[in-house]
Amino acid sequence: MATLALNESAGGATLALAGRLDAYSVGALWREARAALGAHPGAPVTVDCSGVDYCDGAGVGLLLELLRQPRAAGADVRIEGLAERFRRLLDQFDPKSFAAAAPAAPRVSLVERVGIAGERIWTDLRGLVAFLGEATAALFHALRHPRMLRWRDILYVAEEAGVNALPIVLLIGFLMGVILAFQSAIAMKQFGAEIFVANLLSLSILRELGPLMTAILLAGRSGAAFAAEIGTMKVNQEIDALTTMGLDPVKFLVVTRVLAATAMTVPLVVFSDLIGLVGGALVMLTFEIPIATYYKQAMSFATLGDFTGGLAKAAVFGVLIAGIGCLRGLQTETGASAVGIAATSAVVSGIILIVFVDGVFAVVYYYLGI
Amino acid sequence: MTPAAPQDAVIRVENLKTGFGDFIVHENVSFEVRRGEVFAILGGSGCGKTVLLKHMIGLYRPLAGRVLIAGEDIAAAEGERRLAILRRLGVMYQLGALFGNMTLAENIRLPLEEYTDLPDEAMDLIAETKLRLVNLGGAGHLTPSEISGGMMKRAAIARALALDPEIVFLDEPAGGLDPITSAELDELVLRLSDSLGITFVVITHELPSIFAIADRCIMLDKRVRGIIAEGRPADLRDHSPDPRVRQFFNRAASAPAAAA
Repeated sequence: MATLALNESAGGATLALAGRLDAYSVGALWREARAALGAHPGAPVTVDCSGVDYCDGAGVGLLLELLRQPRAAGADVRIEGLAERFRRLLDQFDPKSFAAAAPAAPRVSLVERVGIAGERIWTDLRGLVAFLGEATAALFHALRHPRMLRWRDILYVAEEAGVNALPIVLLIGFLMGVILAFQSAIAMKQFGAEIFVANLLSLSILRELGPLMTAILLAGRSGAAFAAEIGTMKVNQEIDALTTMGLDPVKFLVVTRVLAATAMTVPLVVFSDLIGLVGGALVMLTFEIPIATYYKQAMSFATLGDFTGGLAKAAVFGVLIAGIGCLRGLQTETGASAVGIAATSAVVSGIILIVFVDGVFAVVYYYLGI
Repeated sequence: MTPAAPQDAVIRVENLKTGFGDFIVHENVSFEVRRGEVFAILGGSGCGKTVLLKHMIGLYRPLAGRVLIAGEDIAAAEGERRLAILRRLGVMYQLGALFGNMTLAENIRLPLEEYTDLPDEAMDLIAETKLRLVNLGGAGHLTPSEISGGMMKRAAIARALALDPEIVFLDEPAGGLDPITSAELDELVLRLSDSLGITFVVITHELPSIFAIADRCIMLDKRVRGIIAEGRPADLRDHSPDPRVRQFFNRAASAPAAAA
């Protein structure tokens, strides 16, 4: 442990430090030593270190703190009696070069921050458009030259993002059908109109909820995975390695993922639609509507157009999820937190895009009369 | 344990056996590091230098044998006792391992914040002195993603020194550094070991650096799964009976016949 004693005399003051000056003991002395120094602003102060038997970086820090204080002329702080081996540690620093007060971080005004944020969104949008063009070109090139595609990679991604996602898609689709049927049946029962739950379910699941829920699930699952994987590749300079081999990362990484994810989104939505309707049918059984009745009612109301329209949306969602996941991955900056940021951003922008495009589809389908 | 001067050996590795599953990296490795010395671990790529280091700092558990830090078994210690041992150690990892979401100064402040009651301005000042020790004065506000690889290594050394540990482990401190910075690091290691009595355990390949700083060294070999030489670097270079050791120190390419 370290101790501090203050002796005042006519010629000034002596601050006697003793004991072991290290990171664990210096904290207790710091303020006291500063106060002792501050109490003698006009007189020279001698810091007597002859009793110090150990002084490491933290102890040197304390001595520097005392030495760096701005003092009046003739009121210098002197260190005395410090053992030679510690003296050398202290002498490698110039105390006056440590500014007495830490510089305050520059303040950024609100206007400036709004500007910075706006600029960031603008650059992001431009990046999105540029990437869209690049990816589209690469995709068309790939479709014209299917033999140049890396089919093994595509199948691998299809398994990861498609087959392995089936259980969760089935579970969510089933529960969605059950919940939707149950909630609407309770309300419809008041009018004796439970049978129309079949209409509601078939239309809403086939047109909207099936594709939308599956897409949101995939955005959370595969979009984040693509961003994290490509982001880590970028951090590890694997993207640079591809580029210097003359392999375009967009062709090599993005096209495979976009093709696989798009191809898998459509069948996943088919499964989700079916299991949702099955869930609804089971609920309707408890409301004493036989499955055959439910089936006929649903089939007579929903059209093939509702179903295929939903699947067309699903394909577009697949492109969006994979595309945005890859883009965020490629935009990853360096560091561990950057990968997390990329994955988060992939999910957030994926979901926003899905909902936005879903709205566009609603308008287009309305005018096309689908 | 050998009875000879137990307080002299700050790290003692006894019959250490390491590996992953069926894959054995070291067998029967024993050596000791003396207080205040600069101890180098040498050897070709893949001979398990970093694995050995990770056992010495308690990241991996040995399959057999013990690592004693100041007489305490680091793998067996738990809770407060383990923390007390770890607080005597500072480690610089091969790739720096700086926390990417913090500035350099915050990286150095982290152990100070967690383990000491120093006031804020004291931590700032100490962080700045550590950065100046490694010639990074004034760079405390930068984040690891904004600095070069060499700066990253130096900042990592600064962080390892934050609490002025008794033993500092450096995993390839000179790798990727220019010769001038590398020489300055050597000088820093010597100065710290001289003035603070810090014990250094250094993994390195840089021959000039080995001769400049290492008091003693061990050389590991992949096929032997253990130590093939121990002693002062200059002695090993000039007098080792083992051709592999002389080859390493004389920077000779391996003879075609030896390459199996």
